[in-house]
Amino acid sequence: MADLTTDFLGIKSPNPFWLASAPPTDKEYNVRRAFEAGWGGVVWKTLGAEGPPVVNVNGPRYGAIYGADRRLLGLNNIELITDRPLETNLEEITRVKADYPDRAMIVSLMVPCEEQAWKDILPRVAETGADGIELNFGCPHGMSERGMGAAVGQVPEYIEMVTRWCKQYYDKPVIVKLTPNITDVRKPAAAAMRGGADAVSLINTINSITSVNLDTMSPEPSIDGKGSHGGYCGPAVKPIAMSMVSEIARNPDTHGLPISGIGGITTWRDAAEFISLGCGNVQVCTAAMTYGFKIVQEMCSGLSQWMDEKGYTSVEDVVGRAVPNVTDWQYLNLNYVAKAKISQDDCIKCGRCYAACEDTSHQAIAMSEDRTFTVIDEECVACNLCVDVCPVENCITMEPMTAGEVDPRTGKVVEKEYANWTTHPNNPGAVAAE
Amino acid sequence: MSSTQNTPMTPGIVSGRLPADAIADNFDDLHAPYAPHEAAVAADRCYFCYDAPCVTACPTDIDIPLFIRQISTGTPEAAAKTIFDQNILGGMCARVCPTEDLCEQACVRELAEGKPVEIGRLQRHATDTLMAKQSHPYDRAPSTGKAVAVVGAGPAGLACAHRLAMHGHDVKIYDAADKPGGLNEFGIAAYKSTDNFAAAEVDWLLGIGGITMKYGEKLGDNLSLDALADAYDAVFIGVGLGGVNALRSDGEDKDGVRDAVDFISDLRQTSDLTSLPVGRDVVVIGGGMTAVDAAVQSKLLGAQNVTIAYRRGRDAMSASAYEQDLAASKGVHLMFNAQPVAIHGNGAVREIELEYTSDDGTGLKGTGETVSLRADQVFKAIGQTLETSADLALEGRKIAVTGAGRTSRDGVWAGGDCASCGDDLTVTAVAEGRDAAEDIHAALSA
Repeated sequence: MADLTTDFLGIKSPNPFWLASAPPTDKEYNVRRAFEAGWGGVVWKTLGAEGPPVVNVNGPRYGAIYGADRRLLGLNNIELITDRPLETNLEEITRVKADYPDRAMIVSLMVPCEEQAWKDILPRVAETGADGIELNFGCPHGMSERGMGAAVGQVPEYIEMVTRWCKQYYDKPVIVKLTPNITDVRKPAAAAMRGGADAVSLINTINSITSVNLDTMSPEPSIDGKGSHGGYCGPAVKPIAMSMVSEIARNPDTHGLPISGIGGITTWRDAAEFISLGCGNVQVCTAAMTYGFKIVQEMCSGLSQWMDEKGYTSVEDVVGRAVPNVTDWQYLNLNYVAKAKISQDDCIKCGRCYAACEDTSHQAIAMSEDRTFTVIDEECVACNLCVDVCPVENCITMEPMTAGEVDPRTGKVVEKEYANWTTHPNNPGAVAAE
Repeated sequence: MSSTQNTPMTPGIVSGRLPADAIADNFDDLHAPYAPHEAAVAADRCYFCYDAPCVTACPTDIDIPLFIRQISTGTPEAAAKTIFDQNILGGMCARVCPTEDLCEQACVRELAEGKPVEIGRLQRHATDTLMAKQSHPYDRAPSTGKAVAVVGAGPAGLACAHRLAMHGHDVKIYDAADKPGGLNEFGIAAYKSTDNFAAAEVDWLLGIGGITMKYGEKLGDNLSLDALADAYDAVFIGVGLGGVNALRSDGEDKDGVRDAVDFISDLRQTSDLTSLPVGRDVVVIGGGMTAVDAAVQSKLLGAQNVTIAYRRGRDAMSASAYEQDLAASKGVHLMFNAQPVAIHGNGAVREIELEYTSDDGTGLKGTGETVSLRADQVFKAIGQTLETSADLALEGRKIAVTGAGRTSRDGVWAGGDCASCGDDLTVTAVAEGRDAAEDIHAALSA
């Protein structure tokens, strides 16, 4: 069994699976259950400044998007930061950390954008013995209207300023959690780095309305007939999160900045993908909220098995392995030619590939009287839509053509050499190949 | 006889072999209707196939992927309209269609996983929902002033009449029985049509308007095709197969030997199943749906031993594998390659003598070896026949039709079991009635 022990910013945890700052980590009872279930660490639900606790709505806080069989694909929420007294949280954090010294304990914070506010809270967090802090610059609802959360995360200068205060008044690792509700995630990441952040974590939730009640005409979740945008998370946001992670990982300005990956991680495989894109560990919330804490057991066993199969001996071995393969479109090899191939043994004759290709794409699949579906190589551009809509995994595959073969669609010989758009004759800005 | 003290072991043909609650359980819905959650889960499994094989397999061409998608998006009423547009008896077909041989056999998930989408039960969910909500979902076209006679109020006649009425024609249905429904009313196993569904469905169907009923009118008896052809602009014949084939075995006339269709009709028409007599040792001769229905229901009434004796092998049995399994699961013994040679008994049947058969490729032959089964009741389920052709040309033993049910006589159409097209299934009869109606409409509009 591969060793899943992770060292992230010097913070050790028995596995790379942390629970993200969210309802599952709001209090001692839940966090103890999480640690008993095997989670490597937690980011405690965001604490606010001393004073009257925040209040939450007293109606539904969550909305959902489902796949087949009501499989939860996306969840949004309008819950705020912890609504329990600061002192209570700090006492509980202290107790739990003392009882679970081998687990990572990070405290998420969100206080007003004033130096004194941070100066006040940071020593108190330090007293808990927690391993580090995470700055919640991402929460998109409620708090952002009060100048916190995403309101800070959307202004790189504020990120840099607050991060600097934290590094000044706190001597353990500072992780800056980024909001995806911006145009270019590289900017806030670079700002965090300039401010001295030890790492960034992303993504926080995405502004969203999950549904509209067509009887009451209120967005869901509905509070007395009105709804507000909430923060979207769960499997549906994973592609967005991974793209943002990869942008930070491959941006020369931020390359090497440790990343804690967040966004729809549901299985070991999701986690491995985030790690391969440069994350030193991952944070999970929706999957735990959907299935309970026990899922971490599958995540650990799955990641471990896969690492063994691939010969990776530590999580560190995997970190960033896919980053060199993330590139810009203009550098993709235009001489790479593939064709869809349908396995007649695996085909169940549903015809979805045909409908998709015939109605919406390239008319590159033929259908016979007896419902045999075959690819017309003369028309196939290898778009992959048939693969994506086929209900049977690996029934349709994309088979690369070999150099020297003639692509029946273009009539051109498949070239062996790599060639991209930057040198393509159709590109007015093309430069001569070197 | 004292019905309350009888048991499955009581000799002879007696009623009340089981307590009333056991009989009520036994004759409850074979497939309980879906709860909404079950329907949602089942509907989610549909892949929305292109030019879906299930539609091709449906004799009435119901757009199955569309109606399932309509269920899955919370509009079972729209789903029901999709069904009824093609099959106005979609409610009964959802209950009695051998889906395992039709749509569900063709379902790609049957190929993929051996577990098809449960199309029949989803269809019932949709049709039940709409029928419970809405008295009748279709309007009639303005009156055409044309009148059509429909002979037979079974699935073919009802489907034909409804479609004609929709197109604005006036329809009169004649039926030999004293109530409508045909085999839906008299010939389907009771556990497939509970709560008097067949009658309720006809009432609902007649909600279209423009259809009047006349009972006790039998073609070739007190009803003549010539008179109908004179009085109406068109005639549709959907009289089914009223006759029953004979065994042609010695002793066929003994007490306790009867036609399975009569027994099934009694089962459907009785108001109290505990009062219906059944034998202790029942033998059903035949290999089709009627044989299975008679055998299973005998068992459900409390018969101790029930055997289906079929003269050919299992592969040749026209009852589907699903029906065979159903019979076996209820405790019916399936006996193959055995044909009756004699029924013994002093006045009443005591035992049936069967001869083993084999087929070496030159036709089925008796082997000469016989076996006797104890029997106090024998049901004959070896097929039904056309009673009258009303001088129409025949093809084989059925009324010859071409195209959409056109008979040899101008202005006379036929469909359903009495006509020479398609399988003898409710759903096929509906399709033929509907298509004949469209053809009649086209002819009358010309």
